[in-house]
Amino acid sequence: MVRVILPQHLRTLARVDGEVPLDIAGPATVNSVLDSLEARYPMLRGTIRDHTTKQRRPFIRFFACEQDVSHESTDTPLPPTVASGAEPLLIVGAMAGG
Amino acid sequence: MSTVRLLVGTRKGAFILTSDGKRKQWTVDGPHFGGWELYHLKGSPVDPDRIYASQTSSWFGQVIQRSDDGGKSWNPPGTKPEDLMGADGMPKGESNMFLYDASEKTGKPLTTHQHYDGSQRPWEFKRVWHLEPSLTDPDTAYAGVEDAAIFKSTDGGKTWHELAGLRSAKGQLWQPGAGGMCLHTILLNTGQPDRMFVAISAAGAFRSDDAGQTWRPANKGLQSKYELPDPDADVGHCVHCIAMHPSRPNVLFMQKHWDVQRSDDGGDSWHEISGNLPSDFGFPIAVHAHEPNTVYVVPIKSDSEHYPPEGKLRVYRSKVGGNEWEALTKGLPQQDCYVNVLRDAVAVDQLDPCGIYFGTTGGQVYGSADGGNNWTPIVRDLPAVLSVEAQIL
Repeated sequence: MVRVILPQHLRTLARVDGEVPLDIAGPATVNSVLDSLEARYPMLRGTIRDHTTKQRRPFIRFFACEQDVSHESTDTPLPPTVASGAEPLLIVGAMAGG
Repeated sequence: MSTVRLLVGTRKGAFILTSDGKRKQWTVDGPHFGGWELYHLKGSPVDPDRIYASQTSSWFGQVIQRSDDGGKSWNPPGTKPEDLMGADGMPKGESNMFLYDASEKTGKPLTTHQHYDGSQRPWEFKRVWHLEPSLTDPDTAYAGVEDAAIFKSTDGGKTWHELAGLRSAKGQLWQPGAGGMCLHTILLNTGQPDRMFVAISAAGAFRSDDAGQTWRPANKGLQSKYELPDPDADVGHCVHCIAMHPSRPNVLFMQKHWDVQRSDDGGDSWHEISGNLPSDFGFPIAVHAHEPNTVYVVPIKSDSEHYPPEGKLRVYRSKVGGNEWEALTKGLPQQDCYVNVLRDAVAVDQLDPCGIYFGTTGGQVYGSADGGNNWTPIVRDLPAVLSVEAQIL
């Protein structure tokens, strides 16, 4: 079971509170987690990655175990502690403000 | 007594303002979708409680929302529990998927358009600027998008398909203005169901006579001396907004980057009607609900000075179809006012006398229940207003 933490606006859009637990078939990767997330919450399709190219939206980042894994291949296995649910996968929006 | 409902899109959410037919006391409901940009909300003319909304974000992209109860509740179309899985077992959730149609059967090759630096760029979807529900079918709606194209949905917004013929109308010559290459105006008319007009910044006006399958530029007569090397080019004009009265579909009024224009032949030709306006730069233009020759504009000083001349917020009205304009000022700030009124932020209602409303980049929404003679602020401190639409219930 993978625990996903969404940014506030996507929690609102998906109508979830807190973390999203997801059962992943096969190795836990960013791709497989997002496949599972979008299957359960179709309203999130297109908001994190492109519908067809599957490219991450520019202002979205993926954090795992205090590391930014946004630039790694989305098929790279996530750290074992994330795959086991001990640590969450954070999907975050880029900082903005001023 | 009738109820008036205003659908207000802002930089940080949507607001719904409601009043009875007297239009004196208003309730303010919102923000809906707080924190998101709501470029446009518009209700179906045949089912006013069905409202389509364009919700966008630099972070999370495009979301289409739909309400079937007048804005009390919202859902991205196709994502209710009963809609979650398609017949093939695959999850849906395509209401925000705007794919340019490059299919052999219905689409056009995904060609390129001009970019700021003169290079050619492929079309890339960014956001929905304008939603135009069908005049006859609540499940059908059109979306004007950036990069400029028009999409159609026939299933209540669950899926969208590009009317790709528009890009064949010299699309390779279109280029973005400073606000992006957006299709922001879609005009439909019940009397001529196959005729449609759209307007694009910075490409111009376009007309279809076959329900959107094929299009041609409708810019003859426009002059853009300081914007285009060829001032009367076929395409490239920065049209800001077009308005039409449903009883006279061949008469169009246009606010261009500079110049207010009029066509009396369905866009075949245009002539200037700026007349005595203090500035002919502006974004919105609107037509009175019951007087087809009464037109409203909100002049701003220039293309870089997006605020009213002399710091006086004035709506200008022509009762003779242009050239002769009168300033409407009662109730509007007449000193130190430096807000702008964007292209989709003026609306009229269908009551008699006609109500007219506009929202500003300073977050005010002003209303007039007498065709513009007297104005009152309905709400003063919203986020910057992007769009206003009026409904009568």
